[in-house]
Order: sequence, then structure tokens, then C-alpha cells
Amino acid sequence: MAGKATAPTDAQRATPEDEEEGFSLKKLGEAIAKFVLAPIAELGTLARLLSQVLFWVVRPPYRFRLFVEQAEFIGVGSVFIVGLTGFFVGAVLGLQLVDGFRDFGAENQTGAVVGIAMAREMGPVFTALMVSSRAGSAMTTEIGSMRVSDQINALITMAVNPVQFLIVPRFVAGIVMVPILDVLFCSIGLFGAYLVCTMLLGIDPGIFLGQMRWLVDWPDMMQGLIKAMVFGGTISLIACRQGFYASGGAAGVGRATNRSVVHNAIAILALDYLITALVLGQGI
Amino acid sequence: MGWFSASKPSAEEQARIDEAKQDPVHMYVRNIHKSYGDHHVLKGITFDVLRQKTNVVIGPSGSGKSVLMRQVIRLETPDEGEVVVNGVNYAALKGMDLERVRRNMGMVFQQSALFDSMTVFDNVAFPLREHTKMSRKEIRERVMDRLESLGIGHAWRKWPAELSGGMQRRVAVARAMVLETDILIYDEPTTGLDPLTVQTVDELIAETEEKFGVTSIVISHDMASVFRIADRITFLYFGEVAATGAPSVLAEQSEGPVAEYIDASGVSREFIVAHSKG
Ligand SMILES: Nc1ncnc2c1ncn2[C@@H]1O[C@H](COP(=O)(O)OP(=O)(O)O)[C@@H](O)[C@H]1O
Ligand SMILES: [Mg+2]
Repeated sequence: MAGKATAPTDAQRATPEDEEEGFSLKKLGEAIAKFVLAPIAELGTLARLLSQVLFWVVRPPYRFRLFVEQAEFIGVGSVFIVGLTGFFVGAVLGLQLVDGFRDFGAENQTGAVVGIAMAREMGPVFTALMVSSRAGSAMTTEIGSMRVSDQINALITMAVNPVQFLIVPRFVAGIVMVPILDVLFCSIGLFGAYLVCTMLLGIDPGIFLGQMRWLVDWPDMMQGLIKAMVFGGTISLIACRQGFYASGGAAGVGRATNRSVVHNAIAILALDYLITALVLGQGI
Repeated sequence: MGWFSASKPSAEEQARIDEAKQDPVHMYVRNIHKSYGDHHVLKGITFDVLRQKTNVVIGPSGSGKSVLMRQVIRLETPDEGEVVVNGVNYAALKGMDLERVRRNMGMVFQQSALFDSMTVFDNVAFPLREHTKMSRKEIRERVMDRLESLGIGHAWRKWPAELSGGMQRRVAVARAMVLETDILIYDEPTTGLDPLTVQTVDELIAETEEKFGVTSIVISHDMASVFRIADRITFLYFGEVAATGAPSVLAEQSEGPVAEYIDASGVSREFIVAHSKG
């Protein structure tokens, strides 16, 4: 654990050989090794942090107040942005599908397809991306500032475990709140699609809702909710990891925040494929 | 982790602690080594910390003072060596034993490290809420008592960001010692402060020592201030102890890194001898 931010040590500083110009097989090899090994090392770091989180989550004291604070920050704080994106995603999906389906006279199926797409994919993925860029980045900045200003070290010297104090409440809040936001996203999204399809594009409201109810069922909802839970935990874990191990002062915290959002986007999309393949039992 | 706060030392352990308390040396630091990669930062540090005295660790910047303190308070684990407090080797403790013993030590970080999401009051109350079963009223009394004796009672409702550097340091001191810690470590408490505030902080360290009977370890690179407050000085030079002893003894050195450092700081030896404690 790097204490306070310090200038690079001699060991970390580039040596003259590193700056040697031109092509060399050694340099190419090192670059490839770095490209392949860095993600593996990162996964290792995340796994280690996750195991610590799981170790501390079951141990008292249960910091209920901190959980509520984080749930409020992640959940209540994201209602507006999630609702707004949900509405437009639903509306544009309705618009596109009606236009596409008209070519072969299937526009009455729009309600069902929007419902399935929302429940299984759009809901969890968009919600997670919004939460990551809004709440995840803020988590990284907050914890990162605590790291570079020694507040995390202060916690340790006061015999308070920082993983339990800082990361556990955010992790649990992510797992609880992202599914709730997902439900919100899907509800408002379907409402948006309904408005566009029935009022602007002349689809019969009864048929839209009827098709939707007939084709969207529990497994679709569950698939979406499972994804939302996994994404919720992932967002908090990655955001906290970046903040927790931040170094290099304010600039370092800025870079960590940047990485937090990028890593989360990659993780959400990759996990989305993985979970879909597992749930559908095909595509792996 | 308040859930083990009820665990008290056994009678046997308590007897050993009581006996150890008669020892004028509070902490024995023995042969501490620490490397980061192939950068050998601490190369066998050995010195004694005197009980209820001001023990200064001084040295040029980059000499490893902060790294040493991170080992002493066990933010990091030394590669080798011992830190013995009350007969217990702190450097070898792990897990819950470490957490229990840790509450005997407090640290005031260079940047104060106050929790900026909490008010002054909540910052100081934090260790009490975490580790004791004190009632709200008892906590309020203890916190206000500490804040008032450090002259910042009026600021209890403020946020850390609203305070000046000197006031933040006082809050940090109050927080570090509110659990009645025996040892307080200050990492460069006066660096970057104006001369008047430096004096106030120096007085604060002496006062805290007197009022609450704590042992202080103060890291510094400021020669003039050090001789004013120190009972004992350990001079760190590139990861090694170049000298350790009473201020007047160090001031007598006429060559070597200590002498060079004193000369470079522009403080005359007569001044040191005249102004040093004891
Ligand atoms: N976490 C770390 N990793 C690698 N090198 C470090 C680390 N912390 C400190 N160092 C190095 O150890 C040396 C001593 O640092 P430090 O103890 O901070 O000096 P100071 O005496 O000014 O407090 C410096 O060369 C620093 O670069
Ligand atoms: Mg330092």
C-alpha cells in the first residue's frame, strides 16, 4: 500500500536503456507481455479485493447507516438520469421497430419485442452504464481523495478496517439499488415506447399491451434483474478498487476516476454477454 | 471493529503491562529493515522511545522518516526487526491482536487526514463510537473536553475544510488521543506552517504530553524547532541512524552528517545548547 503520493522512486523511473530508440525484439516482447498480463493482474487485484469484501460483509458491526447513505446516493441520486434515459431509449426503440416491422407487416409485435429487449438487455445495461458514470466515478473520486490525503491510513491507525468501512456499504448498495433502478428504467422505457407507438405511429394500444403481456414473462424479467445485481456489485467493486489504490495526488485521483468509468463499461458489456450465454445455455 | 472491544487483557497480561510501565523506555525499535522492490529504504533502524517524553526523529527529506513511522504504527509490515511496546513485539502481530494493541497508538498525519465528510465533532467522536460503549452524553463530554483543552471548542460544528492548517492539526491531535492513547506519532507537524503556528503546535505537543501523559514521537526536518521540544533526538540519514541521544549531545558533534545538517540549517550550537530542554 503506497502511503502518501511520492515522486517515482529510482526503481520506477525510466532507465536510459528504456529510452533506446528504434525497433528491438525485446521491446516488442515486453509490450505484448504487458498488454496480455496487465488485464490478468487487474483481475487478480479485483478478485483479492472481492474476497476481502466478502470476508467483511458478514462480520459485525453491520454499518447500516453507511449502507443507507450509499443506497440513497446510488439509488435516489440516479432516479432522474435513469428515468430520462429510460424514456428516450424506449421511445426510440418503439420508433425504430415499428418502422422496421412495417416492411413485413409485423408492427403489432412491437410491444412484445420492446418488452423483451428492455427487460433482458437495455434495462440492465443502460442502467448500469448510467450508474457507473454518475455514482461509480464519484465513488472513485471520493475514496481516491481519502487515499491520497491519508484518510484511509488514519482509519487503519484507528483500528477501523477500511474495506469494511468504505467498500462493503457501497458494494451492498450497488447490488440492491441497480436492480431497483433497472425496474424503473424498464417501466419508464415501456411507457415511452407505448406513447410513441400508440399516439404517434397509430399502433392499437390494446394490441401493444396485449402482445407485450403475452410474450414477456418471468424468465425475461429475472434475466434482467440478475444482470442488474451483478452489474451493481461490479460497478462498486471496480470504482472502489480504483479509488482505494489510487496514488499520485489529485492528478492520480483524476486518472483513477477515468479508469473507473472505462473499466466499468468494459466489465458491464463483457459480463452481459457472459451472463446471457449462461442463462440461455448457448453462445459459449 | 467494535465487536471485540469488550476483550480486555487477561490478568496475567495486565500484570506484565503494569510492570513494563515502570520502564523509562516506552518503545524499543530494533533493527528495522524495509525495502520496496530493490530500493532498500530502511537499513536496520534501532533506537529507544522514552516514556512520556518528546522523541524526535529528524533527517533530510527522503531519508525514510515517514516509511519508518509506517512500520512503527504497522500501516506496513517491516521486512525484519522488532518494535516492542509493553513487552509485546508489535512488528509480529497480526489480525485481531494487532487491532487491539493498535488502539494504544495514535498518529497525526502530515496533512491532518481529517475525514472531510464529517464535522470536527464527529471526527473526534469517531474512535469513541467505533471502540467504546460510551453513551451519547459521555461521548459529547469527552469530545468537548478534548476540543476545549486544545483551544478549539468553539469550532466543533465546523467542517475540516473551513479550518486553518493549525486548527486542523489540533483537531487531528484531539482525534488521535481521544481514546487515551499512550503513544502519539506526529509526522512533520510543523512543515509548511508559519512561524507563529509552528510555535503553537510545538506548545501543543508539550501540553498534550503533560496533560495526558502521552509519549510523543515527532518527525521533523526543522532543526530550530526540534531542539526546542526534543528530550531525545534520533538522526536518520539515508535509512540509517546516524546519531541518537539528548539534544545537547547531538549539538556537540563537530563532523559527520549531523554536524553538516546543523550547520546547513543556520542554527548556532550555542543557541541549541541554550534553548534545548532539560
Ligand atoms: N510506497 C513506497 N514505494 C516505494 N518507495 C517508497 C515508498 N514510500 C517511500 N518510498 C521511498 O522511500 C524513501 C524515503 O521516503 P520517506 O520516508 O517518505 O522520506 P521522508 O524522510 O522525507 O519522510 C524515498 O526515497 C521514497 O521514494
Ligand atoms: Mg515524510
